[in-house]
Amino acid sequence: MHVPDGFINAPVSVAAGVVAAGAVAVSLKGARRELDERTAPLAGLVAAFIFAVQMLNFPVAAGTSGHLLGGALAAILVGPFTGVLCISVVLLLQGVLFADGGLTALGVNITVMGVVTAVVAYALFRGLLTVLPKKRRSVTVASFVAALVSVPASAAAFVLVYAVGGTTDVPLGTVFTAMVGVHTLIGLGEAAITAATVGAVIAVRPDLVHGARGLATPLKLRVGGELVDAQPAVIEGPVRSPRKVWIGGLVASLILAGFVSFYASASPDGLEKVAADKGFDKGAEGKEHATADSPLADYGVKDVDNARLSGGLAGVIGVGATVLVGTGVFVVVRKRRTSSETAASADTRTPEAV
Amino acid sequence: MGAGHAHKLYRHGHSPVHALPPHCKLAAVFCFVVVVVSTPREAVWAFGLYAVLIGAVAYVARIPAGFLLKRLLIEVPFVAFAVLLPFVAQGERVEVAGLSLSVSGLWGAWNVLAKGTLGVAASVLLASTTELRELLLGLQRLKLPPLLVQIMSFMIRYGDVITDELRRMRIARESRGFEARGVRHWGVLAKTAGALFIRSYERGERVHLAMVSRGYAGSMPVIDEVTASRAQWSYALTLPACALLVCLLGWIL
Repeated sequence: MHVPDGFINAPVSVAAGVVAAGAVAVSLKGARRELDERTAPLAGLVAAFIFAVQMLNFPVAAGTSGHLLGGALAAILVGPFTGVLCISVVLLLQGVLFADGGLTALGVNITVMGVVTAVVAYALFRGLLTVLPKKRRSVTVASFVAALVSVPASAAAFVLVYAVGGTTDVPLGTVFTAMVGVHTLIGLGEAAITAATVGAVIAVRPDLVHGARGLATPLKLRVGGELVDAQPAVIEGPVRSPRKVWIGGLVASLILAGFVSFYASASPDGLEKVAADKGFDKGAEGKEHATADSPLADYGVKDVDNARLSGGLAGVIGVGATVLVGTGVFVVVRKRRTSSETAASADTRTPEAV
Repeated sequence: MGAGHAHKLYRHGHSPVHALPPHCKLAAVFCFVVVVVSTPREAVWAFGLYAVLIGAVAYVARIPAGFLLKRLLIEVPFVAFAVLLPFVAQGERVEVAGLSLSVSGLWGAWNVLAKGTLGVAASVLLASTTELRELLLGLQRLKLPPLLVQIMSFMIRYGDVITDELRRMRIARESRGFEARGVRHWGVLAKTAGALFIRSYERGERVHLAMVSRGYAGSMPVIDEVTASRAQWSYALTLPACALLVCLLGWIL
């Protein structure tokens, strides 16, 4: 269901709009890399396909029926960037033309239903494919799981947006349970249909399934009555440095921590609230949290009076600390692994040498 | 364009609203919705004034009330959700006709219903007074990335073709005695979706080749440049300006 106007307050709608615009800009670039100058007609036709397939009704039982949402399907079939782009275009046109979903809620809709669904589904799909054996069945299984998880993930993202900028104080626990519960059921249907559709496409045109490009069997040439592997065409893609991804992630989390926490609700989070309601924080009152005296206690910087500014600063400092600790752990683990690997390879080499 | 090319949401006419440049209308509708959303929900009368403003625009555009109301039905699933809010929200409760309702939930439901309905009404007015192709030109004038506008135009141009393809597949299935009754038939329907994807994708490739053979090099030529005069801008922005006045009053009072 599309989020209408007035459901999410104005600052959060603006923030979601910025996120959505960024995501669309990134996927425009990415789609051009996936499809080069064929982007306009192909992405347009895929968007039209998603629009049409949402009208295909799947009867469930006793007169009820559901339809495909298509986020996971698009990401698996045409790749994450084109997928996000197509879903965003469908949502944009539904908002402007059919008044389905509010104009000010467009950012929320694109972020929650387009970006989250496609990204979660594609990440899960690729992750599963690297683990599962390289067979056609694995693609179907992976798309089933990806679609199954993507729908509740999108519902959870909506609850998150709602928690920050909702206009009615419905208890968050209730919203979360209801949304994720209902959407897990919807996700089951979505998963079955997505898996069957991907299976149908892969049976006819396996080359069209973007997520399964590694599975194509190599071409064979018959040379003098014998089958010989053909030289695969070498496709040279630009080597992407991990540094760019790393810097992008850092900047995004800094912006989120510093800027968005500016708008975050000042009320305590769910757990703290439950604790206060049920009174089980009483015992803790006497002996405050061990770090309560630290300069970052309760997500605020000491000696900075403006609550929001100090929250934002604390967020930025927190991200910095997390990055430092994470990088440290990563470096240590990698060092250990490479050293053990060289040790192992040295071990295996010795019998040969002897 | 002729009658056959207009989408069914568009209502042909020659009113002053129809004649406005599309980007002015888009900007006006967007500003109006933003103003409506940022109005405090306690100012009930303000939403009444907004409804009057929308009604005035519909009158100027000669859109019959029945047409507008029928198109408002798109909101229904979400009205059902708004009705639930007073029952689940927290806070102090009041007794209304024997039911215990949450006060903040009632306000929330009112908030969502009023703002949502006004937003839908504004969008409906926009869609019924602006042709699709004009709308796309307007989006392009409002500095949306040209590639995005191209993708949208392809989606609109081929949306009906693809939907028709789906319809033909349904007729083919039904004429062979197929009737989808439950989960057991999902396989067949999913194969339909798969086939539809392959057909759409291959059509996209053919369209691209046809475009390349006609000299397409990544951007579409703009043949009818629409520009707006200052008078047209001020005419279009009367609606959000009035709404802004109401909104400010709502905050002050």
